[in-house]
Amino acid sequence: MTTQQESPVSAVISIQVENESGALARVIGLFSGRGYNIESLTVAAVDETRRQSRINIVTTATPHVLGQIRAQVERLVPVYRVAVMTGREPHVAREMALVKVIASGERRADALRIAQAFRAHPVDASATSFVFELTGASDKLDAFIDLMRPLGLAEVSRTGIAAIARGAAIL
Amino acid sequence: MNTASHQTDLKPHAAGTDTSVLSGAEVLLRVLAEQGVEVIFGYPGGAVLPIYDAIFRQDAIRHVLVRHEQAAVHAAEAYARSTGKVGVVLVTSGPGATNTVTGLLDAMLDSIPVVCFSGQVGVPLIGTDAFQEADTTGITRPATKYNYLIRRAEDVAPCVHEAFHIARSGRPGPVLVDLPKNLMVGPAPYSEAPRVPHPSYRPQTEPGREVIARAVAAMKGARRPLFYTGGGIINAGPEASAALRKLVEKTGFPCTSTLMGLGSMPAGDRRFLGMLGMHGTYEANMATHGCDVLIALGSRFDDRVTGRLDAFSPGSFKIHADIDPSQINKIVPVDVGIVGDARRVIEMMLEEWECTPANTRQPIDMAQWWHQINEWRKTDSLGFVQDRAPGAIIRPQYTIRRLHELVTATGRDTYVSTEVGQHQMWAAQHFGFDRPNRWLTSGGLGTMGYGLPAAVGAQIAHPDALVIDIAGEASTLMNIQELSTIAQYRLPVKVFILNNQYMGMVRQWQELLHDSRYSESYSAALPDFVKLAESFHGKGLRATCVGELDGVIAEMLAHPGPVVADICVAQDENCYPMIPSGAAHNQMLLGPDQDDEISAEGRMLV
Ligand SMILES: Cc1ncc(C[n+]2csc(CCOP(=O)(O)OP(=O)(O)O)c2C)c(N)n1
Ligand SMILES: [Mg+2]
Repeated sequence: MTTQQESPVSAVISIQVENESGALARVIGLFSGRGYNIESLTVAAVDETRRQSRINIVTTATPHVLGQIRAQVERLVPVYRVAVMTGREPHVAREMALVKVIASGERRADALRIAQAFRAHPVDASATSFVFELTGASDKLDAFIDLMRPLGLAEVSRTGIAAIARGAAIL
Repeated sequence: MNTASHQTDLKPHAAGTDTSVLSGAEVLLRVLAEQGVEVIFGYPGGAVLPIYDAIFRQDAIRHVLVRHEQAAVHAAEAYARSTGKVGVVLVTSGPGATNTVTGLLDAMLDSIPVVCFSGQVGVPLIGTDAFQEADTTGITRPATKYNYLIRRAEDVAPCVHEAFHIARSGRPGPVLVDLPKNLMVGPAPYSEAPRVPHPSYRPQTEPGREVIARAVAAMKGARRPLFYTGGGIINAGPEASAALRKLVEKTGFPCTSTLMGLGSMPAGDRRFLGMLGMHGTYEANMATHGCDVLIALGSRFDDRVTGRLDAFSPGSFKIHADIDPSQINKIVPVDVGIVGDARRVIEMMLEEWECTPANTRQPIDMAQWWHQINEWRKTDSLGFVQDRAPGAIIRPQYTIRRLHELVTATGRDTYVSTEVGQHQMWAAQHFGFDRPNRWLTSGGLGTMGYGLPAAVGAQIAHPDALVIDIAGEASTLMNIQELSTIAQYRLPVKVFILNNQYMGMVRQWQELLHDSRYSESYSAALPDFVKLAESFHGKGLRATCVGELDGVIAEMLAHPGPVVADICVAQDENCYPMIPSGAAHNQMLLGPDQDDEISAEGRMLV
């Protein structure tokens, strides 16, 4: 078997953890310590009593390494369950961005028009600036941000991905 | 000396009806007693004074004062490995805690159950750079299986109970509990062990029947099978070793072991091929290379074992049983992965082996395989030449052989610890271990300075046993202060130094890989170990030639107190056989006369 020759794929690792101090540090310490990369990271409490949190990590790795990531994360004491979602596992992945554009005149009008096309909402506006809120798949956010660049893009804040399996399957 | 007992005399007792108030420190000790703790290896300081005060006021739990916190952890590791219980450590905050890091990681890599309590500054001071404050949980997170910073008095009892559960269950390992000083001084509620320890922690120990059946089916069809066993068997308790011996006998398969697994099979058993890997025997490595079914039990395909990965046991059907699912398919892809405790895996394999109806059983003809193995054995890869003239230079291998023979002749229950280096490998090769839990060595981390404190821990656990630290002169100096602990507790530990005046293993690699440029590997300005022993109230002995060796060993064994034996051995001896880095199992160096070039890639490897 030649695991080394597999090519890397993008994946979301969704991790249900006990909401205790140090749990996030354990997970990200494992990633940095074992040389796995983190492209984005989100974490928040997700159950009614706020006892459990969900961590979503986007990474790129070979299927063999993804299997390793799953196994290594699963054995951490505060971890309940781990899901690895690649293109093969049907799932929904969404991200939110706040995008500040500083522009006036024609460029300001262009920015607004493009925002409408992307269903980005202006959540703040001043005489010289906008803050747009945009939710969607990461590549949609990338495309929007690219279009804003020549129009006065000033600052971007992104949440990173939250993901969940499609259908009735649960973590 | 305290007598061991499971009850503290901390009052009052009955849980639930408690009306009087215990301090956090008293609660801690009460939980320890309930967890069956008899000994703590520790070192005091400001942040743990309340705990030391509580220790002073009871005598159920014995405290052993080491001379360095790293040594406390190694002593606790050896205590744990030689008894099957959890080793316990207590250190102060800041430097006390940071000094434990090497020991904790050592326990992590060798899967040794240890619970380490560290003092911490009071909760209100955390984060202020207070005196002797350290982010101990942050520093030790990657060096422990789990750790806690306790912030509320009501968490003391449940967390300490849980720490023991996590340390000893599943794949065992070190757990650290950081205890802020104010929580130890102030009142804390006592509680019994929680029935549901940690909600997300559920290690699997029972293997699945179906995978066992698939494994045994492959074993039944094997023509060239091999068991490759590791430290997991030792961790699974003596019953696992007993079951392994039965399985080996029933199947008639040959068996090799990793460094950490030595003792699970009797060294002299005809089915045992010795250790495999970098300094393993020719027959063990050739069998690993040539087998058609490889059954890995509680071993983890460490790079010291596999050598060049793409040439590791090519073509064999691989079965891997481990209690830690993350080990399966980590390094070597396997055909059957079994998650479970080694003892249960072996017992179920035995049942399955027995109950497969005779008529479906493939008669396996392993005669040819055994013939081949016996041919390999004739290579005598552990052979060495010892000039027997009384004035001759002592060969280190001969030293270990004589030590083993003379120790065996005493008939005493014997525990051997080692430091790290050539002497460690020679001990593994030439000191035949017949029972589990008697061999205490730092495998995964390879920590010089492990052996002396480990001998302390083993001797504390087994006061009447013979405990020997097989040491190198360089390693011994890394925790030499423990001679003081040995003196204080009158531990009859024997420190048996193979003094080659070099960091021999470093020198060997420099000889083989760096054209004999011995950069900084000479042990200059060594102490006079005989006088050193005497200054620590022990006996010092020295052998400088073959004629003196037996006498020194005999005197050492006969002496009722601690001994440091300085055995002056050949300086230029290399440890063979050796699989050079980057080479395959069938490309072993058997001795100095065979000087195959080591590849450039090999030089890059550790
Ligand atoms: C704490 C630590 N530092 C460095 C090393 C690297 N190292 C491995 S073996 C060795 C030499 C050991 O010398 P000695 O104790 O005299 O044993 P010998 O090899 O001569 O038998 C060294 C420096 C190590 N394993 N551990
Ligand atoms: Mg040496």
